[in-house]
Amino acid sequence: MTSRTTKLMQGNEACLEGAITAGMRFFAGYPITPSTEIAEGASERLPMVGGKFIQMEDEIGSMAAVIGASLAGQKAMTATSGPGMSLKQENIGYASLTEVPCVIVNVQRGGPSTGLPTSPAQADIMQARWGTHGDHPIIALYPASVSEIYTVTIDAFNLAEKYRVPVILLLDEVIAHMREKVELPDAKKIKIIDRSKPSVEPEKYLPYKADPDGGVPEMPAFGQGYRYHVTGLIHSESGFPSNNAEVTAKLINRLMKKIDNNLDDIIRYQEDGIQDAQIVLVAFGSTARSAKSAMDMARKQGIPVGLFRPITIWPFAGDRIKEIAEKAKAIIVPEMNLGQYRLEVERAAACKCKVAGVNRADGDIITPEDILDKIKGVL
Amino acid sequence: MTSNLVKEYFRMDKLPHIWCPGCGHGIITRAVIKAIDELKLDKNRVCIVSGIGCSSRAPGYLDFNTLHTTHGRALPFATGIKHANPELEVIVISGDGDCSAIGGNHLIHAARRNIGITTVVYNNNIYGMTGGQYSPTTPTGDKGTTAPYGNIDKGFDICDLSRAAGATYTGRATAYHTQLLIKLIKNGILNKGFSVVDAISVCPTYYGRKNKKGDSVKMMQWLKDNAVNIKAAAKLPQEKLEGKILIGELYNNPQPEYTDEYKKITESFKRG
Repeated sequence: MTSRTTKLMQGNEACLEGAITAGMRFFAGYPITPSTEIAEGASERLPMVGGKFIQMEDEIGSMAAVIGASLAGQKAMTATSGPGMSLKQENIGYASLTEVPCVIVNVQRGGPSTGLPTSPAQADIMQARWGTHGDHPIIALYPASVSEIYTVTIDAFNLAEKYRVPVILLLDEVIAHMREKVELPDAKKIKIIDRSKPSVEPEKYLPYKADPDGGVPEMPAFGQGYRYHVTGLIHSESGFPSNNAEVTAKLINRLMKKIDNNLDDIIRYQEDGIQDAQIVLVAFGSTARSAKSAMDMARKQGIPVGLFRPITIWPFAGDRIKEIAEKAKAIIVPEMNLGQYRLEVERAAACKCKVAGVNRADGDIITPEDILDKIKGVL
Repeated sequence: MTSNLVKEYFRMDKLPHIWCPGCGHGIITRAVIKAIDELKLDKNRVCIVSGIGCSSRAPGYLDFNTLHTTHGRALPFATGIKHANPELEVIVISGDGDCSAIGGNHLIHAARRNIGITTVVYNNNIYGMTGGQYSPTTPTGDKGTTAPYGNIDKGFDICDLSRAAGATYTGRATAYHTQLLIKLIKNGILNKGFSVVDAISVCPTYYGRKNKKGDSVKMMQWLKDNAVNIKAAAKLPQEKLEGKILIGELYNNPQPEYTDEYKKITESFKRG
């Protein structure tokens, strides 16, 4: 007897179900295409599992409510698209500095501004990394199928809880709105991570006390007797504001090291045919599916092409890209924007091999043929 | 000598506070803790949430679950807390700019939902933290560092605005009328839905200086002389109320509270 359940699911639905499996019990959102099904689904499903949904007055408020709910002890999520993602940025930075776990789903559309609300794009790559001001830690994940949306959403919550960071989940409109077969894993076998609770009595608790070398502090919920202070100002271990340069450096360094010291745990990617590849495609989301087809077509024609598919797009798998660049003749980065991730690949490749892009930002997808043409072009 | 009230509810090691000499905010903060004390609320269950500005520094000095958020956003953060755990007593401390300018949209929608949050607006008619720019409650004609020729904007009445948007409890008192202020904050907390207490403060450093209002004592005297209780106001002709501050319990009309209504939905699934 199999413990798996096979379902036909839409990408946005898989995201919501993955979140609920991960323990998400609070959703605050604002209607925006093409993410709306996640909010609609949350409004229906959360009360069934004792969770809370709220439609806020705007995207800024949604992000704020998510952080508030997380501080009150709930795993919390919001979902949006480009314009809403821009509005959420200040509070994403707040979550980053105050180390409040949360998940932000961005079902991307063509931009800038209102852009192309119903068309696919992968144009928020750099925004996912640097959307909010200041040096800050962030994790961004990018699934490539409906099935993977389910599992990667669970991963997003696990990483948010483990490292106490906001995790951005980037979805492609075409996958978010596509229906595919999803094999739901046995719930009992899914690893769920919860934030670590304080190991000390309230009198001894310091909310931001952690190993300066990237440690993650313990986090009680408001109402559990710890009565601590949270501020978006730079703060000491006590949680209270400080202007001191040493305190500031210690905090910012620890925040960045939470990510930098744990790259092996955070970075996920999938490789296909890299060993003998002369040309390596670096692609994520739906474009990785076109890239896989292009790779198969090229191999049939005797061209050794490989595929590197980052699932964690931030932090960047720079060390692995560097290794690939040392062996390959060329790296091609197809993406539905004008070359955002290519910049990062070029930086890591450091002129060890040629790096080229296949780009479009017109609301249409990149086809396998587009990529195959480029493969032949760089040979 | 430090009062027992201050010792009980302040984080003594965080004092002295950042407020200027003569600022009214300390008096209002005392009224907040006095109200909490008289209601015998469990400190562990009280959350105080603020935005950005002079007033919003208050939670850092207070021994509760305290959250100093982003500018204008105290209410949606507080909404997340209250909705996630309705057992918590959530109080928002906000300034006039924080609450009614950058946070104005959140104010009207928190009021519309009638969510169980008590908002105390430390209203000093100016942006103090940034150096005296005019705010949505700076009276027309008054000066600010961004209104050197006099403010041509019309001001908000935060209580009227909140009531019109759906707040079920509104009241106004001043830093001079502390007993009334304590009573209003208590009643605001006791109201299950969304409550707004407009606490008129004094800012001698910026608003007072820019508008030649004199020192803090003179500004407090002005509050004393120009505040009219709503009960007395009812008997006065309109012309006698020109330029006066209407104080007292302005509106008290309990209505179903947001998290209670949501609970009915979740409970319906438990009954299955």
